[in-house]
Amino acid sequence: MSINTFFQHLSNGLALGSLYALIAIGYTMVYGILRLINFAHGEIFMISTYVVFYGVSMFYLPWWVSILVAILITGLLGIIVERAAYRPLRNSPRISVMISAIGASYLIQNLAIVIFGGRPKSFPIPDYFNTVIQVQGVSVPIVNFFIPVITLVALVVLIYIVEKTKTGMAMRAVSRDYETARLMGISVDNIVSITFGLGSMMAAIGGVMWGLKYPNLIPLIGTMPGLKAFIAAVIGGIGNIKGAVLGGFLLGMTEIMIIASLPDVTGYRDAFAFILLIGILIYKPSGLLGQDIGEKV
Amino acid sequence: MTILRTNNLTMRFGGLTAVSDLTIEVPRGGIVGLIGPNGAGKTTVFNMITGVYKPTSGNIIFDNKDISRMEPHVITRNGIARTFQNIRLFKDLSVLDNVMIANHLRLDSNFFSAVARTPGYRQKEEGIRKKSLELLDEVGLLEFKDAKSTSLPYGQQRKLEIARALATDPKMLLLDEPAAGMNPQESIELMAFVKEVRDKFDLSILMIEHHMQVIMGVCEHIYVLDYGLKIAEGNPGVIQNDPKVIEAYLGVEE
Amino acid sequence: MIDKKNLIRFGLILILILILTILNTTMGKYEIRVLNLAGIYIILGLSLNVINGFTGLFSLGHAGFMAIGAYTSSLLTMSALQKESNFFAEPIVPWLANVQIGFLPALLMGGIIAAILGALIAAPILKLTDDYLAIATLGFSEIIRVIFTNTQSLTNGALGIKGLTRFTTIHYTWGIAILTVLFMFSLRRSSYGKALMAIREDQTAAEAMGIDLFKHKLLAFTIGSFFAGIGGGLLAHLMGTIDPLMFRFLLTFNVLLIVVLGGIGSITGTAISAVVVTVMLEWLRFLDGVIDLGFMTIQGIPGLRMVLFSLLLMMVIIFKQKGLMGRDEITLDSLGGFLGRFKKKEA
Repeated sequence: MSINTFFQHLSNGLALGSLYALIAIGYTMVYGILRLINFAHGEIFMISTYVVFYGVSMFYLPWWVSILVAILITGLLGIIVERAAYRPLRNSPRISVMISAIGASYLIQNLAIVIFGGRPKSFPIPDYFNTVIQVQGVSVPIVNFFIPVITLVALVVLIYIVEKTKTGMAMRAVSRDYETARLMGISVDNIVSITFGLGSMMAAIGGVMWGLKYPNLIPLIGTMPGLKAFIAAVIGGIGNIKGAVLGGFLLGMTEIMIIASLPDVTGYRDAFAFILLIGILIYKPSGLLGQDIGEKV
Repeated sequence: MTILRTNNLTMRFGGLTAVSDLTIEVPRGGIVGLIGPNGAGKTTVFNMITGVYKPTSGNIIFDNKDISRMEPHVITRNGIARTFQNIRLFKDLSVLDNVMIANHLRLDSNFFSAVARTPGYRQKEEGIRKKSLELLDEVGLLEFKDAKSTSLPYGQQRKLEIARALATDPKMLLLDEPAAGMNPQESIELMAFVKEVRDKFDLSILMIEHHMQVIMGVCEHIYVLDYGLKIAEGNPGVIQNDPKVIEAYLGVEE
Repeated sequence: MIDKKNLIRFGLILILILILTILNTTMGKYEIRVLNLAGIYIILGLSLNVINGFTGLFSLGHAGFMAIGAYTSSLLTMSALQKESNFFAEPIVPWLANVQIGFLPALLMGGIIAAILGALIAAPILKLTDDYLAIATLGFSEIIRVIFTNTQSLTNGALGIKGLTRFTTIHYTWGIAILTVLFMFSLRRSSYGKALMAIREDQTAAEAMGIDLFKHKLLAFTIGSFFAGIGGGLLAHLMGTIDPLMFRFLLTFNVLLIVVLGGIGSITGTAISAVVVTVMLEWLRFLDGVIDLGFMTIQGIPGLRMVLFSLLLMMVIIFKQKGLMGRDEITLDSLGGFLGRFKKKEA
């Protein structure tokens, strides 16, 4: 691999890692509070790309307005999914909640097929983002710079919210101890809604940038990135926002680099993440930045 | 003479030392008590003896065998059975099934003969059923054999847990707060019951209990734990008058 | 008493066989295909029920085990000529090129290979609980699919295998389905079955009662993947075509839907729900395609069928978590009351 292609792969890995990281945050925040894998998160992410598409092509909204609308609608969708599919099962066995999550995921996916149609649509990309720039002889599409930068900004805002605001403090309290938080007068339901909303908005930011990089939209695009982002969250230590980001970058980078250096195994691309997942679950189920919690007998 | 002995047993969880350097002994056929205020580490001791936790250091000798690194099911097979502080019955199953399941470890039929219901297997199953019914009869639960285990009143559930533990053919029984939630009358009955079970099944018993009346009434020897440390031991008379115990245990509670 | 009950059971099975034979000779090709599918889904539902229902382990890897069974049996029933015409992109591995065995032994081999691989896959992840186990099994199922897509000389990769002889008939599907039901009842009644249920009810207590958790959980996975492999083989020889895309998570979803609807843990509930769901899935197919009303045609909407089914799954889990039967069964005793009234009316 020449130094040029290496930098190209590096920028691709960074971009893909950013996207995984943004989606992974939603999984990890929800798991932190409800100990629940929000299976529908990948689908929520998918919806955001379609909102931008329809915003631009049907309602003729300016591109950036469509994006704001997409972030808001996706956040709202996250809140609705929690109310409809998870809240009624708050005190049920975890398996029931997971089945409901799987149901919700298929429901959204198939509703998308019904409403948007199964034919691929093309994500609207302003010309500016199609530019390729040359850095010391290495040609890199401008989105590869744009994506990590926006991701960084989104992360800083999110971490500020979680660590410095009153709401963030309540979120951390609920994730530490649900019951005590309730007794302290925190409205757990509101906090859960805010968590789903914030996580979904992060996914929407990821969705918009996913569209910029991979503009072919079909209702199934959420599934794989969703699963992989979940894996990223587990790798980093589920429940831990910084862990999700770390896991996302690690996974994105690993995928791109393995394919780049071993072209023979390209067909196995979708298996890497799962192999990594199973390895982590077996050897360090708490993830890279997580803490071990044993069962009380 | 000694059936169970722990040598300098220590359990740490991260920075917290739950049990520290504990050495206790249970004589064959004896009934020994383990008391101490909440959080003293009593259940942790049980969990180490039964293999749920692996001790950080020290060892456990049971019946001349070091069991301190064995899996829980192997320890049960070696002859230690237990009950749980917060009753853990097989909730959705019948009273009889709860007891029959505890015989599974002694069943030497393989999977295929069990599913094919070969004559050999059927005979063994019939033996297990008979034995389980006898056990239920002995603890006075025979009439409830087909009821769902959780439909029993609390006190009866505790007895069912003991019957289930007995079904594993133990040499030693660990009882974790058997009198919890019982009224004074039931507690008195329980004392007689524990002695009776010991004699009938030729057992050694180690029990955790908060009801002082029960502990003083049945235990021949008592160990007192506080903050994971052994602060006293001796017969009921000695323990009742030990100022350290009164300060640490009774002083805290009253 | 026991003999009499067994006699009635035997009679009931005979009646079922009679009904199936009549249906088999009077129904059209399409209906028979649906009936076959129903039989296969009974086997698949029950196989997942051993893991999820009896033992309380949440597995989402069923499609993977089915794929193993389907591919194994297909590669074994194909003639050398069939293999040659399928593997045109890259020839099949030489040791498989000329192997051909009968349908039943091939099915059995499919089940056995699925069981062995199922056990090997499950062994390292059995200590995981709840959703972690679910996601790990899902991961393995995806890995199997990716491997099958890429091992061109073994599975023909993404091209799949076409033109399989359609060996699957009512005799095989329902015959094996009935055997599976009987096996499941016998399993649950046995000491091993009870040990599995003890694990479901309380893992810590089960272990304290001397039950080897690892061995018994592994047993559940082995049984489950064995029957999943058999079901996969039957499916392959009913469709006549298999490819890796068939064994996506959606297939696991369908089987899960059956088990949840029937009542997680119930044998008869799962069997009844398998028939109902299969018929509904087929019957509602019109929603996705073109509806021809004779005087006019309505363009169907793709995806609507799955919208209904995912809604159904969510409704059941939210409003009637125990499904059709909970963990109860339709037994001779419960049927006895019903039939008793019936007899009185006749007399």
